[in-house]
Amino acid sequence: MNIIVCVKRTPLTQEVELEIDGARKDIKKDSLVYFINEWDNYAIEEAVLLKEKFGGMVTAITIGREDDEEVLRRCLAIGADSAVRIDPGTLVLDAYLGSKILAETIRGMSYDLILTGVQTSDLNNGMTGIMLAEHLGIAHSAVVTGLEAEGNSARIKMELEGGIDEVARIALPALLTIQTGINEPRYVSIMGIRKASKKELRVIRVEDLNLSKEDLIPWTFVEEIYQPPETEGAVMIEGEPEKVALEIIRIIKEKGADL
Amino acid sequence: MGEIFVIAEHRQGTVRDITFQMLWKADELCRRLSHSLTVVLIGGKDLPFKNELKERADTVISIEDDRLEHFDADTYKYLISGLINERRPFLTLIGHTPWGMDLAPSLAVKLGLPIASDCVDILVEDGALKAMRQIYSGKLFSKVAFKPSPGYVITIRPGSFPVDKAGDRHGEALAMQTPSDIPEPRKKFLEFTDSGAGETDISQADFLVSVGRGVGEKENIAIVKELADLMRAVISCSRPVVDKNWLPKFHQVGTSGKSVKPRIYLALGISGAFQHVAGITGAGTVIAVNKDRKAPIFRVADYGVADDLFKVVAALKEKVKK
Repeated sequence: MNIIVCVKRTPLTQEVELEIDGARKDIKKDSLVYFINEWDNYAIEEAVLLKEKFGGMVTAITIGREDDEEVLRRCLAIGADSAVRIDPGTLVLDAYLGSKILAETIRGMSYDLILTGVQTSDLNNGMTGIMLAEHLGIAHSAVVTGLEAEGNSARIKMELEGGIDEVARIALPALLTIQTGINEPRYVSIMGIRKASKKELRVIRVEDLNLSKEDLIPWTFVEEIYQPPETEGAVMIEGEPEKVALEIIRIIKEKGADL
Repeated sequence: MGEIFVIAEHRQGTVRDITFQMLWKADELCRRLSHSLTVVLIGGKDLPFKNELKERADTVISIEDDRLEHFDADTYKYLISGLINERRPFLTLIGHTPWGMDLAPSLAVKLGLPIASDCVDILVEDGALKAMRQIYSGKLFSKVAFKPSPGYVITIRPGSFPVDKAGDRHGEALAMQTPSDIPEPRKKFLEFTDSGAGETDISQADFLVSVGRGVGEKENIAIVKELADLMRAVISCSRPVVDKNWLPKFHQVGTSGKSVKPRIYLALGISGAFQHVAGITGAGTVIAVNKDRKAPIFRVADYGVADDLFKVVAALKEKVKK
């Protein structure tokens, strides 16, 4: 079973104060720490689990600059066999353009499954995977939390709302967007990443793909990003933990809990 | 005068709230832009809620067929693109739900219509359509403009607009036949399962002590559990805790877990992703403890503490014991 996994390197932004850059279209990124997008980490793990069961090749693909090869090295260390980085040059991408570039790269490759994360933690579009499937004309399903491949189809579980899941059978080749929690991504050591540096990492440029200037126009443009509008928000309780605890207990009792 | 499409989402005989939320926004846009409002309803035979939707729209286009009983992105895409090609709506709204996330991006690519996803509002500025989104887990907002096009697709984040079932549009019903060349689906529905059920029903709890990613590791769950026991509260959690198998799924609060309505909700180390916050709209008093003063949870909580949860939990335990 040959599997392609599309991944992205994204900044960790929990407990970080984000600053908007001068052009107001992006954040200042110099001091941020990057990691593989959380959803993509589950997608590459799922691909490697399938490879361990059925054999075949796993290829990891990203669109990004040289720094972004870090996530490909990580995928290779986990168990991907080869990796491709597509250098976008100076292009500003939206989900549509990203999906188009991925489609042109993947067209002609051999695969039974393409896995992506449901969404990325930075821009949260949740569209690149399904758009890619449509460009390639293959079956697709979103928010997948269970996957059992059986011959030329797969039994999949999709997460709906309220704890309800939908179970379906999908024809292969197919693209599935993978939800967090589907597996337990393995730990990768620095040594493991170093060892994987011998595996193939191919770099191609967007100019090398069969895309015209017209093809490379995004569908959407960020006009401006800004801090959320000030809302009333929470009444902040300040002070030492003891003082804070007393105040929380007072509120809880006031609201009728019997402590 | 143009038209705005709202693609109705329904499951097991009930219209999903997202449908009414989209209709609320579509209604406002239609009044401002003098557009007409059309609901597109696809499903099995004799859908019970057709009349309910007529009050909220000028036209309810329905395609009812036994073959359409279960949602299938391919089939929906085929039917809706036929309608869009015929009627050329200015805007098509789809829910940013698991089903909408499967349908909308493929529909947009098939038709070549620019799309923005997971939007919390839609603006029209100098005649140009703009979408409002949240990025970086809700820490920042982004205003998005579109490449000029005769039509657009926008997916709406659940909970962005009110659910208002009353309306005064008294729309007409337009029943369409399923085209004979409808393609064979590549995905076959098998069943619905409930992975959210378990030994405790957190949706009935009066006092929840809820734990999030900030708890750090599995061993620390016990520290919070002790506090919950001392306070005679039920323990619940946010998604990352279930993803990491630190607590079973029936403890999960949020869109993909349970909606809860306790009198008191004590959120410990929960950042407040919108999927989580959507599950606590029915809660009475929300008290949040999080190291990150900018965490979105503080925008919805009644009381906040910007500190290390373990320090606060330890102090709480000591005071409650006394």
